[in-house]
Order: sequence, then structure tokens, then C-alpha cells
Amino acid sequence: MEGQIVTLQDFMYSTKSITYLVIVAALILFPIFWRFLTSRDE
Amino acid sequence: MSDTKTATGGTLLTPFNMVAGLILLVGSVITVLRFTGGLGAVSNLSDYNPWGLWIGFDLLVGVALAAGGFVTSAACYIFGLKRYHSAVRPAILTAFLGYALVVFALHYDVGRPWRLPYPFIVQPGTTSLLFEVGACVALYLTVLFIEYTPAALEWLGLKRARSIVVKLTLLLTIFGVVLSTLHQSSLGALYLIAPSKLHPLWYSGYLPVYFFISAIIAGLSMVIFEGSLAHKHFHDKMDETHLAEADGVTLGFGKAAAFVLFGYFVIKVIGLAVDNNWHYLTTGWGVWYLFEIVGFVLLPCYLYAIGARDKNVKLIRRTSGLAVLGIVLNRLNISLIAFNYHLPSSERYVPHWMEIGITLFVVTIGVLVYRFIVTHMPILYEHPDFKEDH
Amino acid sequence: MAITRRKFLGWMGAAGVGVTVGKTAQAASNKHFTGHPDSMGVLHDIARCVGCRSCEAACNTVNQLPPPEASFKDLTVLDRKRRTTPPEYTVVNRYDATSAGSKQIYRKNQCNHCLEPACASACFVKAFTKSAEGAVIYDETVCVGCRYCMVACPFEIPTYEYDKALTPRVTKCTMCHPLVQEGKLPGCVEACPTEALSFGKRDDLLKIARERIRKDPDNYIDHIYGEQEMGGTSWLYISNVPFKELGMREDLGITPAPALTAGALGAVPIVVGLWPVLLTGIYAISQRKDKVAEEEQALAVAAAQQATQEKAAAELKKTLEMKEKEKETAINMAVKKALDEAAKAQEEAAQAEEAAQAQEAAAPAGEAAPEAQDDKDQKQTEEDS
Repeated sequence: MEGQIVTLQDFMYSTKSITYLVIVAALILFPIFWRFLTSRDE
Repeated sequence: MSDTKTATGGTLLTPFNMVAGLILLVGSVITVLRFTGGLGAVSNLSDYNPWGLWIGFDLLVGVALAAGGFVTSAACYIFGLKRYHSAVRPAILTAFLGYALVVFALHYDVGRPWRLPYPFIVQPGTTSLLFEVGACVALYLTVLFIEYTPAALEWLGLKRARSIVVKLTLLLTIFGVVLSTLHQSSLGALYLIAPSKLHPLWYSGYLPVYFFISAIIAGLSMVIFEGSLAHKHFHDKMDETHLAEADGVTLGFGKAAAFVLFGYFVIKVIGLAVDNNWHYLTTGWGVWYLFEIVGFVLLPCYLYAIGARDKNVKLIRRTSGLAVLGIVLNRLNISLIAFNYHLPSSERYVPHWMEIGITLFVVTIGVLVYRFIVTHMPILYEHPDFKEDH
Repeated sequence: MAITRRKFLGWMGAAGVGVTVGKTAQAASNKHFTGHPDSMGVLHDIARCVGCRSCEAACNTVNQLPPPEASFKDLTVLDRKRRTTPPEYTVVNRYDATSAGSKQIYRKNQCNHCLEPACASACFVKAFTKSAEGAVIYDETVCVGCRYCMVACPFEIPTYEYDKALTPRVTKCTMCHPLVQEGKLPGCVEACPTEALSFGKRDDLLKIARERIRKDPDNYIDHIYGEQEMGGTSWLYISNVPFKELGMREDLGITPAPALTAGALGAVPIVVGLWPVLLTGIYAISQRKDKVAEEEQALAVAAAQQATQEKAAAELKKTLEMKEKEKETAINMAVKKALDEAAKAQEEAAQAEEAAQAQEAAAPAGEAAPEAQDDKDQKQTEEDS
């Protein structure tokens, strides 16, 4: 059983840590994608 | 305050400066006591009441009242209400100073302030809403600093650096609104974990929403309030554009605040209905709750509306003071007054005079820095060299 | 250096790596988490407690806490309600149970070591961890001293060293974690003379508690405090008087602390995901509106300009045409005049010639003259009629 998540607290720690990474990635990607989307506009 | 003009002119021994000097002196002494004798030496904080005035006022109220920055810049740059442009710089400056002082005040409150970066560089506690608040406040303070720099760069005459920052305006504004939404609401969410300690009339699953919406009210009201103060004391620093747009800003923001307050009232009632808290309204706490809702939500809502209808700038300015007081009352209710409502009065928290001293110390520093900046940098007027481009 | 390793782990934690590599979440988020299997706990049988404070003394010794103001043998301290403090991880209080005829009941108070600790959920440096053995352990080497754990704890257990200027710690019962790891009993359990405290696997303790209640239903309240409260605690209580009369809150609910904030935490990434879209959308719309308004204005201006120009051109044309006409008329008139003059001149010349010829032929051709006279008369009569 060692190595498995057995408490809600540990589960949330794990998922929230990953979520925060996704957030950081999203914040970087948003302006890049917006530029890609609009770079051919006059 | 009324002697500001003479103070900037020559003599330093004005009543305002003397009071400010006294507060700074006392504050410095308390600072020494705090960092030599610990929190116990200068505060009434206890094991039952771990958070006192420095969190309830300096952090919660400070951050809420600094919401003018994101509200104004969003109105101008995102919603395209360019007629509010002259209000953006003062609002950004106030927000930046507000957040900087919040972080400064936190150094008194936390046990080991030099460890404040630990959550981000050593071991992040991602399940904590305080982690979210900390990350957003740190990032937003940086954003506000960058948003404020054009004024400083114009003052210093660094044109190249200024034009780079100005190009980032939209990006910074959107980032600022995202961060503000998150930490303004998360400050309310901090209390979600303590349903057994906060009175049911103030505890709600909607706490994050309440905090976010009331922060918008605080931001709008603070821009009006601060604007009227600035008009009184720094009138000579304002250019024609600022003076011409000022009444429009007051009327527009007053109108917006009236409607947001109405929405806030509606969701507060929804909160009562959802948790079936009606029966508490007839208790002593209920009277106090109604005092907050009627006196500091409905009344300013009505007065703002009358002011907006009658184009009564004076009424809106006075109402903004009432609305700001309402935000102060709400934050203190949640953090201090209705918090630990279950404890006997002997265990309840009343701030120590030295805690109030540090709070005054922090506010005074803010006022002095604000005065220095608006009298030296292009905040209330546009720099003649940069008039054309914005 | 310990800090380096921690720093590394911190970064790994931030990167989600340490967690994902170390432990695996096998199930979806709606999984029911049952806690560490075979974790230990303590059962406090309040009915057996005699308020001797032996547990307090043992706790003080085992944890090497500073000596107390009054001796642990001094039972007069029970006259007032006490709470945990930095040098007192545990305290025994006396309660007058009104429902049992003001019977004096003693209860030991300390950290309940929640299965889903509120302090751990609230801590923004992850200074609290729920160990597999059952203890909630505090790491003072990372603690910033924000005291949010104390706000979060529903049992009001963590205390803070308010008198320390630079190195204040949060303190609380450790369930004698080091001793338990060695296979020994926690100090208080070891010292209890009445077996009011029993240490063991939490699952076994629950069975023991149920058995005691079943065997003596008239004495015990049919409730195990801590089985469900705040999602369950490692310390369990059974009592012969209602828990409410012992200063224990019965309104805490059974929701584990992390679940209280899950909704708000879940909203964070959604705001980050959608706000930029919404705000950029509003920006784009307002820009577009401005642009359209600008274009419309430009168009209107252009149209107005064109109209004026056309009008001007038309007028010019008209004027030109008029001039042209005038000119033409003038030319025509001039030509006509010239022609007329020419014709007149010719006529005159012809008449002059005729006259000359007539004069020349006056004598030799006298007959021609009356003929011409007749023609003239004839013409006149025709005109009259």
C-alpha cells in the first residue's frame, strides 16, 4: 500500500500541485496564442 | 492634510507633518519592541485569536481598498472606457502603494518574515488558500509596480524604457484582473475552513464571491473617495484633462458602484436563503448583520443612485466615504467581530494600542509616499513630453 | 545540508514530480479516501478519567518541556478552564456535568490528530503532515509563523510562542511520534493509572469503544466522538455525559477540512482558464466597436466630402456649360452679324452696281425702267390684299 494516496489531503496536494503548473503554462500560452491568432490582422 | 500645499512649499513644521512625525516615531519604537520582544510584547493576539488587527485591517481591508487599480485599468483598457484614462494613474499608484504596505505590514505579523518566500521556493502548500493569496499578491504587486513605472520613468526621462512598458499595458491589465479576481476572492475563501468559528450570518460558501464583488465596490468607491481628497489637496497638480474628466469619473463610477452594490445585496440575500439563516436575523448578531447590510450596503446603493440620477457629484463623493466604511466594517466583522463569536467575552480579542499604532504607522507611510509621488511625478497630470501617446 | 534537500524536494513538489513519482493517485477525484491503513490512535474513556494530571506530567517529561509554574500534583489548577499552550501540549479540565447532577467529570485535551487535518490543509508551506502512523507532525524548519493553522483548527489546539521575537514556533501534541516509531507508547498513555487512555490501531480502538458502550449502555453515551467529527480523528472519546457538557463541540459536522476549501480551490484554475478569454473578448469587442465607429465616421466624412465635391463639380459644370453656351451664342451672333454685314455689303454693292448700270443704260434702254416700275406696283398691291 506504500506509495498510494490514501488521504483526501494528499490527493488534493498532488492534484493542486499539478494544477498550479497547468495554470502557469496557461498564463504563458495565452498571450502567445493570441499573437499567433491575430498576427495576420491588418 | 490641509497644509499639504504649504508643506511642499517650504516650512516642514506644519500640524500635519508634526502628527505624521510623531506617528512615525512611535511606530519605530513599536517596531523595535516587536522584533526584540515578539508579538506578545506589542499585541493582544492569543492562541484563541491568532489573527488580529494586522490581518483584519492591514491585510483584508488594505487589499480590498487597493482594488481601485484593477477596476479602473480594466474599465479604461479592457472595456474601452477611455474617458476614465486620467483616473488610471492615480488608481494604479494607490493600488501599488496599498499592496506594498500590505506586504510591509505582514512582516510585523508573521513570526519569521524572512521566510515569507518559503512557500514558493522551499515547499509549496498548494492545498492552502493562503498559498494562492500569497502567490497572487506577490505577482500582482510586481504587475502593479510595472504598471506604475511609466510615471517614474517619465519623471526620470527614460523614454526608451517607458515605451517598452507602455506596450505591455493590455497584457498587464488582463493579468492584473485575473490575479485580482483570484486573490480578492481567496481572501474570503480563507475563512471557508473555519465554519465552526465564524458566525453563520457571515460564513457562507459564497464568501469568495462576496469578497470579490465587495472588492469591486471598494475599488470604485476608493477611486471616488481618493479623487475627492486629491482635489482638495493636490488641485494645483492636476492638468486640464484630469480636471475636465474628474466629474465624469465620479458620476460614472458612482453609477457603477450603485448597481454593483445592488447586485451585492441580492447575493447576500441569496446567501441567507441558501443556508436558511433567516432565523438568526432576530438575534443580537442579526441586528448587527442588518446594520451592516442596511447601513453600509443598501444606504450607499441608494445614495449613489440618487447622486447618479441627479448628477450630484458632491453626494457621490460623500457616499464613497460611507461605502469605504462599509467595506472596513465587513472585513472586520468577518476577521474579528463575528469570528470566534462562540468564545466567552474574556477570550475575545480587542486590539492592543500598539497594534493600532503600527496600523497608523503603516497608513502614515502610505500617505507620505503618496504625497511625495504626486508632487514629483506625472500622476495627476500628463508629462508634457508624453502627452500625445497613450 | 538539510535545507538543500528540502529545497530540492520543494521544487519537485512544486513541479508535481515528487508527488506523482512518490505516490500515485489511482482513482478519480470522487474517490472516498479511507486514510492510512492500520494507523494508530488513542481512545480516551472519559468515564474512567480521575483528573490526576499524570498524563500532563509525563507529557512534560517526554517532550522535555519547560517546568510548570505549579507542580503537576497541584490539583487546584483544575478550578479554572485551561487550554493548550506552548509548554503544555495537553491539559486536563474538570467539568460539572449538569445532566448528571453536577457530577465532576475530567477530560484530557490535546491535538486530536485528524485523519484529514485542517492545519495541514491550511498550511501554505506544508509544515504539517499526517504520518502513516497516525500523528500529525509539525516541521518548524519551514514554518513562516502565519498562524493560519490556528485559525483553521476546529479544536483550537495549535498554540504559538508569542513571546519569542525571532524564532516563534507553533506547538502541539505530537502523539509522541518518535516513541511510537520505536514501538513504545505515547507518554500520556504510558502514565495513565486508570486506563482512561488506550493506545492502539484506530480500527481496533473503535471496536473496543463500541464494545464498552454495548456492555454498559446505561453508563455510556452512544456516540464515539472522533469517529466522524471533521472527517474523523485518530483520538477517540467515549463518555458517560454528553460531550457538549465537556466543552466539546458537537456542531463541527463530519466534513473533512480539505473538502471545505475544495470548491474555492477548484475555482482558481477555472478563473485562470476563462478570464483571459473573457477579458480579451471584451477588449476585442470594444476595440472593434471603436474601429467600426471610426470607420463609420470616416465613411460619413468621406461621403459628405464626396457630396460636396459632386455638388461643386456639378455647379462648375453648369457654369462652364452656361459659359460655353454664352460663348456659342456670342459666336453665332458674331457670325450672323458678320454674315449679315457681308450680305448687306454685297447687297449694297449690287445695288450700287445696278444703279450704275441703270445710269449707263438710261438713255439707250428707257423701256426697261417702266417695266421695273410695274413690278414694284404689282408687289405693293399683293401686299395690300
